[in-house]
Amino acid sequence: MRQSIVHWFKFASPQSFYPLAGRMIPWFWAAAAIFGVAGLWISFFVAPTDAQQGEGYRIIFVHVPASWMSMFIYLVMAFWAGLGLALNTRVSGMMAQALAPTGALMAALSLLTGALWGKPMWGAWWVWDARLTSELILFFLYLGFMALQAAIDDPRRADKAGAILALVGVVNIPIIYFSVKWWNTLHQGSTINLNKAPSMAQTMLWGMLLMALAFWMYSIAVALMRVRAIILERERHTEWVKHAVE
Amino acid sequence: MQWNSVGEFFAMGGYALYVWGSFGACAVLMIAEPFLARRRLSEVRKILARERLADELDLQQKNQ
Repeated sequence: MRQSIVHWFKFASPQSFYPLAGRMIPWFWAAAAIFGVAGLWISFFVAPTDAQQGEGYRIIFVHVPASWMSMFIYLVMAFWAGLGLALNTRVSGMMAQALAPTGALMAALSLLTGALWGKPMWGAWWVWDARLTSELILFFLYLGFMALQAAIDDPRRADKAGAILALVGVVNIPIIYFSVKWWNTLHQGSTINLNKAPSMAQTMLWGMLLMALAFWMYSIAVALMRVRAIILERERHTEWVKHAVE
Repeated sequence: MQWNSVGEFFAMGGYALYVWGSFGACAVLMIAEPFLARRRLSEVRKILARERLADELDLQQKNQ
């Protein structure tokens, strides 16, 4: 037990995490590519035409994964930020910083693809519906987190300030998730529930899950790429970085 | 498969703009982001390599 804790703490140091991240990146890219190809194949060639929405429903194969990831990345970001705040581990703050732009990208894609779905289905690009508005707030939380960190020169202080913002913002995640239940929204309720069978065709469900896995693997790969850059930027005056870049 | 021709596939039952707009936006942004991340890493590396060279030159001058 003790041994394994020590083992994990080893990777809390930038010096050992930097090469580890480098070794993991290709595997996550490979997984993202495999899931992506399979997911796209199902999205366009296996999943049947929807009875109500025709071919327009195929937008959900990117909209739902992007929306899930935008919420999930926020939780992971807040987790790392909180861990950094509590334990003062250096890599935690860097991980939070590396995840924010990817989370913002997912939130932007969720809003963009949602608008592209809303126009033909609802007749409006945008409505001030609880689900849409709380997702927009999530996008602004990511931007606020990045702006706040960019405005503070000392990275350790930037981490602390960002962590508080990230942790306060966590309250928005259940609001997004349950918004379709709590309020009478135009946005449809969830099609996938843990306690009942999904209300969609099996192949559609598989397409969506594979695409979600692809987005997930993509997010890990790109966040690891960014964290490597952040590690070098922040640790540039240390001896190990001078030797790491030969 | 429900497509009878390539044209039908691209037409997406009249939803071409919305479907291809969505998938296209995802493709563009999700290709751009890793490139930006990679550029950021290579820029830091370039700076570090320059600093290292400067250090070495300093050391040479001191030794002379």
